[in-house]
Amino acid sequence: MFYRECATYKDNYASDMAIFPIPLDRWGFIFMLFLAFIVVPLFASEYLVTNIIVPFYCFALSAFGLNVLAGYAGQVSIGHAAFMAVGSYASFILYGRYGIPLIPSILGGGVIAAIVGTFFGLPSLRIKGFYLAISTLASQFLIEWIIVHWQWVSGGVYGTIEAPDMFIFGWAIDTSVKKYYLVLFILVLLMTFGKNLVRGQLGRNWMAIRDVDYAAEIIGVNLYRDKLIAFSVSTFYAGVAGSLITLCYVGVANIEEFNVMVSFALMGMIIIGGLGTILGSFLGAGFFVMLPIAINHGLGAFMEVVKPDILSNTESIIFGGLIVFFLIVEPYGMARLWHTIKEKMRLWPFPY
Amino acid sequence: MNEQKEPLLRAENITITFGGLKALNNVSLEIYPGEIMAIIGPNGAGKTTMLNVINGFYKPDEGSIFFEGKKRSKDLKPNQIAAQGIARTFQNLALFKGMSTLGNIMVGRTMKMHSNPFSQGLYWGFSQKEEIEHRKKVEEIIDFLQIANIRRTPASMLPYGLQKRVELARALAAEPKLLLLDEPMAGMNLEEKEDIARFVLDANEELGYTIALIEHDMGVVMDICDRIVVLDFGNKIAEGTPAEVKATPEVIKAYLGTAE
Amino acid sequence: MTFFFEVFVSGLMVGIMYSLVALGFTLIFKASGVFNMAQGAMSLFASLALYGFLEQFFHFPFWLAFLCTVGVMTIIAYIIVFVILKPLVARPPLMLFMATFGVMYLLEGFGQSIYGTQAKGLEIGIPDNVYEVAGILISTFDLFFAVIAAALVGGLAWFFQKTRNGRALRAVSDDHEAALSVGIPLLKAWYLTWVIAGLVATVAGVAWGTRIGVQFSLSLIALKALPVLIIGGIDSIPGVIIAGLIVGAGENLGEVFIGPYVGGGIQTFFPYLMALAILYFKPFGLFGKEIVERV
Repeated sequence: MFYRECATYKDNYASDMAIFPIPLDRWGFIFMLFLAFIVVPLFASEYLVTNIIVPFYCFALSAFGLNVLAGYAGQVSIGHAAFMAVGSYASFILYGRYGIPLIPSILGGGVIAAIVGTFFGLPSLRIKGFYLAISTLASQFLIEWIIVHWQWVSGGVYGTIEAPDMFIFGWAIDTSVKKYYLVLFILVLLMTFGKNLVRGQLGRNWMAIRDVDYAAEIIGVNLYRDKLIAFSVSTFYAGVAGSLITLCYVGVANIEEFNVMVSFALMGMIIIGGLGTILGSFLGAGFFVMLPIAINHGLGAFMEVVKPDILSNTESIIFGGLIVFFLIVEPYGMARLWHTIKEKMRLWPFPY
Repeated sequence: MNEQKEPLLRAENITITFGGLKALNNVSLEIYPGEIMAIIGPNGAGKTTMLNVINGFYKPDEGSIFFEGKKRSKDLKPNQIAAQGIARTFQNLALFKGMSTLGNIMVGRTMKMHSNPFSQGLYWGFSQKEEIEHRKKVEEIIDFLQIANIRRTPASMLPYGLQKRVELARALAAEPKLLLLDEPMAGMNLEEKEDIARFVLDANEELGYTIALIEHDMGVVMDICDRIVVLDFGNKIAEGTPAEVKATPEVIKAYLGTAE
Repeated sequence: MTFFFEVFVSGLMVGIMYSLVALGFTLIFKASGVFNMAQGAMSLFASLALYGFLEQFFHFPFWLAFLCTVGVMTIIAYIIVFVILKPLVARPPLMLFMATFGVMYLLEGFGQSIYGTQAKGLEIGIPDNVYEVAGILISTFDLFFAVIAAALVGGLAWFFQKTRNGRALRAVSDDHEAALSVGIPLLKAWYLTWVIAGLVATVAGVAWGTRIGVQFSLSLIALKALPVLIIGGIDSIPGVIIAGLIVGAGENLGEVFIGPYVGGGIQTFFPYLMALAILYFKPFGLFGKEIVERV
């Protein structure tokens, strides 16, 4: 009734194919940008910004990358976190050791992750389904080993590199607010790019490969090339996300931050959030970051101090329970739930 | 009626065996430009297998395919063969269930789209122009097949008859030289069949497409096809105009035992 | 040369134990077409439960504790099938795979909530001696479990090939709807499969729990078993055995003979490299069924 498509008529294809053809959506997005760029830095506490929102943005970026590969292109990968590690270490080396400017270093970390990712994507040309999923674990373990054992990469004994102080054109990025803007800026840039990518022919080709790959082939889709592009794009995003999260949140590049459990968690994020959607990547990441905090506060009402192992066990239970819940009730995740609500709003207060 | 022209596609002595079963045994056929040709035969005769060989999914054990007079090289992949100008619909429907009608048909344009991923991500300049240009073309096909009102509907929510029509639209979107249809009317009621038959005829007469189709409804086949090839147990048992084929004793025997 | 054989043989032993874990995956995949990501977590839960019966909450003799554990795992199998798999019957296999993901988190969370997270030692009275056979040292411990694993695998192979229930389960894995249409009760088949898988998980949990202690990393042993699966073929029981031997021996030999040159610690990824190499030539594993799409 008060929503959506009343009197929005398109008279050319260009406006029909815009990202936000419906004005209300467009305003909604602008509002979100307003919140992110203005409201949060002004009003949110430092704790909130550093420990919740920044990791949230980074995981959203990485989850989107995984979504591109698994949700859009249908190539299940359970070794995604390793590529975050590649990006993290690569950018640290580029910036800290070779003095390449900060933002190119971060993006360069992504590029290197993409190169490695493409290499590990080669098996997808021959292997499919569960066999492929398991072989993506090869990348997880091999990359972990290389980072720890290859001295040139890891430098230190435990394979840890300290985050260098960050400067852009001599301007220090040392406060949490500045780090927040750095992450936000890159997030918006890359997500816009990503949105265009999945809306375009490449995104459609990916979904075609996911749905019926022989039909895609028969209509001219180059399976090999597009699968490899999916791997490179997805690991690029992982690499940038990994680099950002270690620069602006963790403070050190450490392979332990990106172990196989994180890979599993990323998979869980996009399942809960919504496979093959952009919104889903955000919702899933947000859920994952908020969960321990929500539990802490929830249980904190009952007990003085929540011991870490109770916390992590409750997390596991709720995470697992929600994965199962969403798969049964709404297999397309929270994003679809949101879309269903919006659809209902088209006609509200009428039922249909 | 086009026998004087060069065949658009020629299959020569195709033999293919699957684990002891000879699916196609020394089958040769030609498809001439501008015609509607039917491949018919009882179930299991090898019709879909023949299409799969033409598409390049299966490599024949013996024999070769000639497209536009040139012999097909053995190591062409299906998407490369598609790029030469062959498009297809499938017996068991192979729509992309995760996309809308529009999305499905736009995938059909993929061979004609050339912008690289980087510029697609920027959605600027060439990439944007290309999207709009191909959208226009797809809309023409949507008008042609009268599916405008379902263009945004997710393919999984379409009724069966419309799904088949969308798959046809997707194949048309590729603007192929040769269009292969595998049982385009399977499972349809009379009205839907008439619609599809009309579309097939229009595609051939108005748009000039060469069409080869597999079909079980003899009435339709006799009405719209120029020539028919009959397969049975992997062998070609008859070939010719509908009238000729109808009268061939082997065909009658293979199908029913009594005249149709 | 003897050293080589020693490494080789002990690798084989470990390999059998990998097979044991992989067997659970194969069973469930063979019979319900589902890839059970939670298999490792099931082993963990089983060994935690066993420990609970043996030491933590009760002090049962081993045979009783084992039976109780099997009982617990049976109940869990029923819960998993009823609550999680039944509603998802009609969905694509990828979705069922993701559901088992969720089960993995649930079992780990519950297991460690109930039983605590410290590592526990599992003592079940198996002698840990070392015998010398033809100049090669073999531990009785390894031998014991190798024999058990072999018996279990043999028994299951017989079950699937020769018994009516086994054949029914094989039909179910091929095509749910077709199996239903010939009257095979799908749900019962699934219950049976998961219970058996639970049993296998229990034995694997006991074997590995005794070896490395009962702790969280037990569920990660499953990750070692995965290369076994894809090398042998996800749905092949003989494949699981042979692949387990290959992985166990390969991993050990690789670590001992190649390891020192590259810095050691290659056991984690070496099996995966082997798997990738083999998959290049045989994309469905050595004995896996090739999925041919009917176009």
